[in-house]
Amino acid sequence: MPVYTLKINGKQFKADVVADTPLLWVLRDHLGLVGTKFGCGIAQCGACTVHLNGVAVKSCVLPVSSIKAAAITTIEGLSEKGDHPLQLAWDEIDVPQCGYCQAGQIMTAAALLKRKPHPGEEEIDSAMHGNICRCGAYHRIREAVKLASTKI
Amino acid sequence: MSNSNTTSRRDFLKLTSLTGGGLLLGFSWFSAEAETPVIIHNLPLGATKGFNSYLSISTDGIVTIFSPNPELGQNIMTSFPMIVAEELDADWTKVKVVQAPLDTKSFDRQLTGGSGAVPHSWKRLRTAGATARNMLIQAAAKQWEVAAEECTANNGFVIHAKSGRQLGFGELADQAATMPVPKEVKLKDRKDFKLIGTGVKNVANKDIVTGKGLFGMDVYRKGMLFAMIQRPDAFGTKIKSVDSAAAKAMPGIVDVVVFKNNVAVVGKSTWEVSKARKLLKIEYEKDGATESTADHTNIFTTLLDGGTPVVRRKNGDVEAAFKTAAKIIKSEYHGPFLSHAPMEPMNFFADVRPDGVELIGPTQTPGSARTATSKLLGIPEDKITLEITRLGGGFGRRLKFDYVVEAAELSGIIKAPVKLIWSREDDMMGGSYRPAVQYRFEAALDSSGNLVGYKCRGAGINAGNPVREDNFPSGAVEHLLIDTVEHKSPITTGAWRAPITNFLAFAEQAFLDEVANAAGKDPVQFRLDLLDKARKSPVGAIKYNIDRMENVIKMAAEKSGWGKKAGISQGFSVYFSHSSYVAQVCEVMMQAGKPVVKKIYAVSDCGQVINLSGARQQVMGGIVDGFGHAMYGKVTFKNGAAEQKNFNTYRLIRMKEIPQIETYFVDNGIDPTGLGEPALPPTGGAVANAIFKATGKRLKNQPFIDEEVFTTTP
Ligand code: FES
Ligand code: FES
Repeated sequence: MPVYTLKINGKQFKADVVADTPLLWVLRDHLGLVGTKFGCGIAQCGACTVHLNGVAVKSCVLPVSSIKAAAITTIEGLSEKGDHPLQLAWDEIDVPQCGYCQAGQIMTAAALLKRKPHPGEEEIDSAMHGNICRCGAYHRIREAVKLASTKI
Repeated sequence: MSNSNTTSRRDFLKLTSLTGGGLLLGFSWFSAEAETPVIIHNLPLGATKGFNSYLSISTDGIVTIFSPNPELGQNIMTSFPMIVAEELDADWTKVKVVQAPLDTKSFDRQLTGGSGAVPHSWKRLRTAGATARNMLIQAAAKQWEVAAEECTANNGFVIHAKSGRQLGFGELADQAATMPVPKEVKLKDRKDFKLIGTGVKNVANKDIVTGKGLFGMDVYRKGMLFAMIQRPDAFGTKIKSVDSAAAKAMPGIVDVVVFKNNVAVVGKSTWEVSKARKLLKIEYEKDGATESTADHTNIFTTLLDGGTPVVRRKNGDVEAAFKTAAKIIKSEYHGPFLSHAPMEPMNFFADVRPDGVELIGPTQTPGSARTATSKLLGIPEDKITLEITRLGGGFGRRLKFDYVVEAAELSGIIKAPVKLIWSREDDMMGGSYRPAVQYRFEAALDSSGNLVGYKCRGAGINAGNPVREDNFPSGAVEHLLIDTVEHKSPITTGAWRAPITNFLAFAEQAFLDEVANAAGKDPVQFRLDLLDKARKSPVGAIKYNIDRMENVIKMAAEKSGWGKKAGISQGFSVYFSHSSYVAQVCEVMMQAGKPVVKKIYAVSDCGQVINLSGARQQVMGGIVDGFGHAMYGKVTFKNGAAEQKNFNTYRLIRMKEIPQIETYFVDNGIDPTGLGEPALPPTGGAVANAIFKATGKRLKNQPFIDEEVFTTTP
């Protein structure tokens, strides 16, 4: 099996996996980064969202062989102390219910705020469209994105 | 409201010699089995008998509360400790909550389901906190040589106001452990609540937003193998032959094992296993009916027309009432199968070794899961440990423990630790569904538009009893007949959030709207009149509280400005379920010729609200869930196989589709009831009734999105 060198959260990781292994499973099964979640495996739910060069991508359909030198950020690396404005807003607004979707929600929102620090409600809604929250915490997710955007 | 509660010796005991010092109280939240106090000389968890939770105060002032119930998003790990901390007068910032492992010897109800945990333990939790506070006060009074009555507790300290002295709970913990357990403690008056009723943030927020591995999926052990199981695609079929050669030859595959109707692929990583699995060549043969949705449609008609019904409630003489009626209204409502689809798919870790079994993962019913494992493997329960992880949602799916037992059986066969993972497709195709149901209603009105006769026949596919025969309007109608018919199918069904009422409430509340309309009455007034009738001349037993229902109806009408808004169409619904009352008003506006749901008002009476933030969230989540599934949710079958296999075809509501929601709670100080479910049932009815108002079209089948108002272009 080929060995892939990946740049994740500013550090180098090596993974010895088959070429079509989705990044999601490399992170979880091989590198112990379990914050990125499996929800559907077909790019429909967003639970597996990470950043690839700062852009939100669904890691469940991203083959490790396609990543090359791109920089990956996962929820574990979004901030050093868990104090990214979105992470703080998520607590402030008390967003999580079961919590399973939330890492993906935050990563999608973080990529949005990076490209558009002060999005309007419609922009938030369309950016977040690919992230399902089965618990239905959408109102608070939206509110927390808005709150974080005032702190950026 | 002032409360005084006797602390039974069976409920409480003093446990001494807590490692590292401090006070440790064991208490029974759900049972009162232990007859005599037990003194425990070591750490509690391994050695306790008869006590199912613990409150400890260590010498550094940290209060630890062990929470026995699985957490799946209902926020119990925050609300339970809040109740204890309130009566203890603890400093909330020093409270730690720990998920207790399964202890079936002690626990009566270590499960999550039915919105039942809070009502069950309200008094016990309060008494637990108050008992510890009493012992801390005794300890301080002794040290200061003053009367205990002169001391008070506040925010983690015992205070003697007269002399201006105070001591922290941590400083008192050792001595408190030597104080007698009080026989009786006084509970707080609710006007003195500082924590209960306020909004307290989820204790797990920090871990969740930083991606800590809290869930069953996140369990990884050294040497652990990964497995996925190919189950039959179609219900009503069984394995005929298996050719696993190609799958076995794939890299990373350790074994392919056939047991029962399962073909398990075991390997070194999830991806390798899921790839190899696609190469399995399995032939299935018929083992029962392989039903399609078209068959179900016929089955429902046959059952409703000619089945042999079970009578659930009968009042008066229904046939006569319909014969003499001035007007008769008939209607049928259909609800499809639904998938639970919790965000975290099913999974469990199992390690079956000669010396015992270790199980770890997400389950709503750890006790039953362990018992079933014990029976299957022939290993006594005390040799099986079960650790409960956080659940990535449940919605009733994880009341079933099929996946736990599968993992244990597989580990026993391959003699290795293994994590069994279900894919989303596995979850949607091979698990458990909300039963499909159909209701036929008939109502008889007299010449002044009074509802004098009411019939409801419920038909369900593996639904058990698909009606709630004592719910409103039962008790308010002179002549009433509620009966049910059932079809048994190979398709497995199970409790789905707010079982039965999740659809029944829509059907009943939409039908009542039809009746009110036919009677020429305002839907709110129509319900109030019926309640008034139930109060003044009740018909048979009344199992709901008329005042509480009337109150939420009036409050919802007031908060929403019922009937007073121009350009907006409103729909009304009210429902009593899981001991709580929720009324909702939905507002719809027409946009580009289509109805758009803009807003939902919800007034909930769940008694005392414990955590306002959590409570609002449960109501909003329940409404989004109820609205989303009413709009979009369906699982259909073709020859026994589910046609929706993942989120690309099984549509769940997304952010841009949610309406605004306003939540209100009735502040009545009644003991709390659950809130994980009751907000969901009324939503479908409120929405359908508002859409009728806006379009003149009745929605009678779910999902609404398949109905004419949404499918036709104006
Ligand atoms: S797991 Fe990747 S989008 Fe659902
Ligand atoms: S919080 Fe449970 S799925 Fe979003």
